[in-house]
Amino acid sequence: MTLAEGVQIVSFGILAIMMLGTALGVVLLSNIVHSAFLLAGVFLSISGLYVLLNADFVAAAQILVYVGAVNVLILFAIMLVNKQEDFSKIPGRWIRDAATAVVCFGLFALLSTVVLITPWAENTVSPAVIENTVVTIGEHFFSDFLLPFELASVLLLMAMVGAIILARRDLIPEPVEKQETIATSLTLPERPRELASLGDSTD
Amino acid sequence: MNSGIDLQGSFIEALSELGLPHAIAKALWLPLPMLLMIIGSTVGVLVVVWLERKISAAAQQRIGPEYAGPLGVLQPVADGIKLVFKEDVIPAKADPWLFTLGPVLVVVPVFLSYLIVPFGQSVNITDLNIGIFLWIALSSIAPIGLLMSGYASNNKYSLLGGLRAAAQSISYEIPLALAVLAVVMMSNSLSTIDIVEQQSGYGILGWNVWRQPAGFIIFWISALAECERLPFDLPEAEEELVAGYQTEYTGMKFALFYLGSYVNLVLSALVFAVLYLGGWEFIVPLDQFAGWLGVSETTPWLQVLTASLGIIMTLMKAYFLIFIAVLLRWTVPRVRIDQLLNLGWKFLLPVALANLLITAALKLAFPIAFGG
Repeated sequence: MTLAEGVQIVSFGILAIMMLGTALGVVLLSNIVHSAFLLAGVFLSISGLYVLLNADFVAAAQILVYVGAVNVLILFAIMLVNKQEDFSKIPGRWIRDAATAVVCFGLFALLSTVVLITPWAENTVSPAVIENTVVTIGEHFFSDFLLPFELASVLLLMAMVGAIILARRDLIPEPVEKQETIATSLTLPERPRELASLGDSTD
Repeated sequence: MNSGIDLQGSFIEALSELGLPHAIAKALWLPLPMLLMIIGSTVGVLVVVWLERKISAAAQQRIGPEYAGPLGVLQPVADGIKLVFKEDVIPAKADPWLFTLGPVLVVVPVFLSYLIVPFGQSVNITDLNIGIFLWIALSSIAPIGLLMSGYASNNKYSLLGGLRAAAQSISYEIPLALAVLAVVMMSNSLSTIDIVEQQSGYGILGWNVWRQPAGFIIFWISALAECERLPFDLPEAEEELVAGYQTEYTGMKFALFYLGSYVNLVLSALVFAVLYLGGWEFIVPLDQFAGWLGVSETTPWLQVLTASLGIIMTLMKAYFLIFIAVLLRWTVPRVRIDQLLNLGWKFLLPVALANLLITAALKLAFPIAFGG
């Protein structure tokens, strides 16, 4: 075993433990902010696994997109709407729990069959050593993966247009019928009166 | 590959002759450049802190630090030692884990980004294919640390500061990446070495500043915003937010934030020098002079000379930029948060996109000048 192989095995072990631990934390912790921070840990360890697979560009893109954008937005949403709420008992709750359990178990069974029936034995060194991953990815994008690439870009464009429409929704304020006087401790005791400029339209 | 001085090779060879196995000798070599880079960047921060104090004093017609060492050069060291000896306070209602982890998450990515900074043709830690992209990706981790420390402090000022920091870094990352992309398009590679190589050969005339006049201004504005330097230091605006996400921090944890922000400033200046000011290139093309004089480029003294000149040139360019950043800090007033976001999204982003398009068009029209 050479130095490089040893480093790879040790880092794979560390990354795998980190990923499983943080993923379990995301699901099991009760504090939703902690879960969101642990999600960043999951993404970081996945990007570490990409580095071990020699996919350096994908690893960096994973950090940029998932940690730097998606996770930060999730945190933003949680922190802006950080509402502590006690959940009350719902009568038919056990049906939901049972359905969730069935779905989770089904997914788990599906994934374990996939893991078991896939032939994992492969050469440790791929026959085609890729010198520059960026160039190779680009060539694939514009030849045999052109359709998925374009579809993904159309999807992103749609999402962007939707976001812009949501953000730019101009609200036209209803004209206020009557001004109500708000009594604060600083309000002087006096009769409410019309403002001079609003009183008469003719002058 | 030209054979010249190969420090790594001779180090491993020397240890192997002492009886160590080859693998262990190599493992002993690996941490050396990284350690050197970390020490170098920390010392660089000390210099920047001293420069900032001295230049700001000069800008305000004061003397500045004077008594600690000649001209006060030991003042940053004294600051650091003071912070080390301070009590480490975690507020009672804070979240202790996140409170401790926050500064770490801010500092570590910045130091990691030094992986890709080249100081010479082979004076660097590693030449990654994705080079400059790694810097952009790593710098996007820092907002998580800022949000984390802002939230964990359990303080409204801190939370607001953290949210502002995250919003600011997300908005300015996009024009920054687009400005970098225009440079990458001209040099056909993300590797920092290739980016500098593409600017070499014509001395000062070949630098990217002349080919990317809009790009370098966009890059510098966005880099200042990413570093939270004064025109854009909204997350810690002291008149509004006490100290933003740093409010509850003391001692070494505060020092980590302080260190992180200055290391980030040095890093941004170094990356600016690499992208737009020809990295380690001298103002005249040295290789060609050596060729005319008939000196082979594998001559040891020439290699030592070019390597040290490369390091000096890179640092000089970076510190010139830092000088500009410090001067900007004491001349430009702070922008408001809405002005900041408007500038980022409504001005810099369209200009950066247009710059990218024009660069692509020029590259197709004049492949010789714009990297075919």
